[in-house]
Amino acid sequence: METFNVFDVLLGNNFLSALISVVLPLVFLVIYALIAILGELKISAWIQERLGPMRTGPYGILQPLAEVIKLIQKEDIVPAGANKLLFNLAPYIIFAGSFAGFAVIPFTAAFVPAEINIGLFYVFAVGAFAVIGIVMGGWASNNKYSLLGAMRSASQMISYEIPGALVILSAAVLANTLDMQKITSLQEGGFWNWFLFGGPGGFSKIWILPFTLLLSLIYMIASLAETNRTPFDIPEGESELVAGYHTEYSGMKFAMFFFAEYSNMFIVAAILSIVFLGGWTSPFGSFMSGYWWGIFWFVSKAMFIVFIQIWLRWTLPRVRVDQLMYLGWKILLPFALVCFVIISLYRIIY
Amino acid sequence: MTTRKILDIDFSRIDTDRMRLNVGPQHPSTHGVLRLEVELDGEVVTNVIPHIGYLHRCFEKIAENMNYQQVIPYVDRMDYISSMNNELPYVIAVEKLLGLKVPEKVEYIRVIMAELNRIANHQIAIATFGLDAGAFTPFLYLFRDREYILWIFEKATGGRLLFNYFWVGGLANDVYPTFKEDVLNIVKQVRKTNKDIEELLIYNKIFIDRTANIGVLPADVAINYGCSGPMLRGSGVPFDLRKAEPYSIYDRFDFEIPVGKGEVGTVGDCWDRNIVRMREIEQSCRIIEQAIAQMPDTGDVQSAIPKKVRPPKGEVYFRCENPKGELGFYIISDGKDKPYRVKGRAPSFVNLSVLPEISRGYLFADLIVILGSIDIVLGEIDR
Repeated sequence: METFNVFDVLLGNNFLSALISVVLPLVFLVIYALIAILGELKISAWIQERLGPMRTGPYGILQPLAEVIKLIQKEDIVPAGANKLLFNLAPYIIFAGSFAGFAVIPFTAAFVPAEINIGLFYVFAVGAFAVIGIVMGGWASNNKYSLLGAMRSASQMISYEIPGALVILSAAVLANTLDMQKITSLQEGGFWNWFLFGGPGGFSKIWILPFTLLLSLIYMIASLAETNRTPFDIPEGESELVAGYHTEYSGMKFAMFFFAEYSNMFIVAAILSIVFLGGWTSPFGSFMSGYWWGIFWFVSKAMFIVFIQIWLRWTLPRVRVDQLMYLGWKILLPFALVCFVIISLYRIIY
Repeated sequence: MTTRKILDIDFSRIDTDRMRLNVGPQHPSTHGVLRLEVELDGEVVTNVIPHIGYLHRCFEKIAENMNYQQVIPYVDRMDYISSMNNELPYVIAVEKLLGLKVPEKVEYIRVIMAELNRIANHQIAIATFGLDAGAFTPFLYLFRDREYILWIFEKATGGRLLFNYFWVGGLANDVYPTFKEDVLNIVKQVRKTNKDIEELLIYNKIFIDRTANIGVLPADVAINYGCSGPMLRGSGVPFDLRKAEPYSIYDRFDFEIPVGKGEVGTVGDCWDRNIVRMREIEQSCRIIEQAIAQMPDTGDVQSAIPKKVRPPKGEVYFRCENPKGELGFYIISDGKDKPYRVKGRAPSFVNLSVLPEISRGYLFADLIVILGSIDIVLGEIDR
């Protein structure tokens, strides 16, 4: 399918089309965050044999809205002894870091806010931004729990970015591009063309099939650690660090942290679905394939991965900080490296 | 999993401070109002000092100004999640002072209630232990089951947490007609949930990694510190007062003493202490089933209650196997209707004293898990 930005075509490449391209993902993000919060509440309730929220609206579907309104009303507390500038800046830096990733996420063949040829690299670069915000928030809070949480978070996110980046590198080698639209277009024609199953190509891809499966698993684990979700929610481990780096935050600033977490969840789910699950392409060849269907496929694939993240959160205990480092450096990284080497060899041979 | 190597670095050259962290009294996982003064070297715990007294309610002094029967509600409030088990040693101690014999039916109901409460207590212990390790869902499964047990208590005694049900010489009232069926249904439900919990939590790889080889309490240290209950049995010492010196009618039942064997790690680690509680639930179920089968249907539960409790001069110490360990009451009577002195020997207090010993050198996250595995209740520690 031909890829283009629909607003550039309709309005020409001007300021207005750029503005719409930026605002649209933000609107999507707000709606998605509300749905994901409701999903988190309801899925956790189903897993735990509860009902979840039932009073706000039918079956409690207005609960996330009520929570947002509550958070806006809350008093904005800056603790005594906090570094005001850094303290106030941190939540917005974190959110900016995760929202910037949306710039290169192709929602459908006809819409990507910025089609740049180093999309995957860009997502990783701006994703690392969040660490700065977390360290800033943790340091500026003037709280020992926050500081411990921030230190843990910095080491964790940096360690897990490396296996994650190796996975993406392997995929880039396989696709021969870093452009998200091109990677997605390559996987058109059915689910057997997904990079999860070795990508497009003849029967010879059977050689790399186990490795691409392994790579997607590695990315899934690494992305959980990057978004600070259970079983890797060590920076905000409730039973140890109260709430980690955002212990001292309240009101809208806390909401920004929360928003950034959900935004990050979607970003990693989107990368996983674009790189391994074919993004906006239909899993059944030309059946249900088109520009509008593209949005449906992409969002439902990403949301399925978000669902898995929520599912895992309410099932697994938390790992310890040294076990997390062990897993990252001694298990995921070597496996990712092996897969990378084998996929590179495959590319050279075929 | 990993062994920590001692690096050959001269740390005295590097000017670093250890961090002093106050954990509690308002911290999500101090199990009440306990304050831990923790000294951290990075993430490694170098020292822990527990500070207690935030829940002190002068139980022992109040008891001196109350009738013997009036003390029972205060006893309830010591270990408020296993109140039935608290009442048992106190009423038996007073009955001993009086030289009283209670009817058969009372003994059976007391045992059934105490064992039901033991199950409820262990369910909370395992649930909060899981919570400390970061697992939220098993917590709610166990609390759901505990709710069913509390319903039985509510039907039988009117209270969910604090019962005032065991009286000197008898019970506050007889059990309700469908009591036996309700209890047997609960036993079935508890066993079913225990299977789920084993799959979901106990044998989960992450959970084993978090709890095995952590907070190892060797048997000799446990005995030296006077630990009791699952703490002691987790270290492999098969000591249970229900077997060692059977009180009430415990000698009539067939049950085993589960001990920690170091199945996934070292004997006496956190996992062992937890599995002991898990298996004690099963043993309690067995005791309840046998007691329900043997329990006489007829009998007046209040026939032996004395009009006035005025024991002769003397003193008595009586101890029972509380879910948390050995709970003893030392009562001195000077012949009046109020006790001259009541001293409670609280298992949680003794068990907590071993915390600094077993948590040095572990990570901060481990400290929380170790504290969870001790299963303390602050109402009992501060009294």
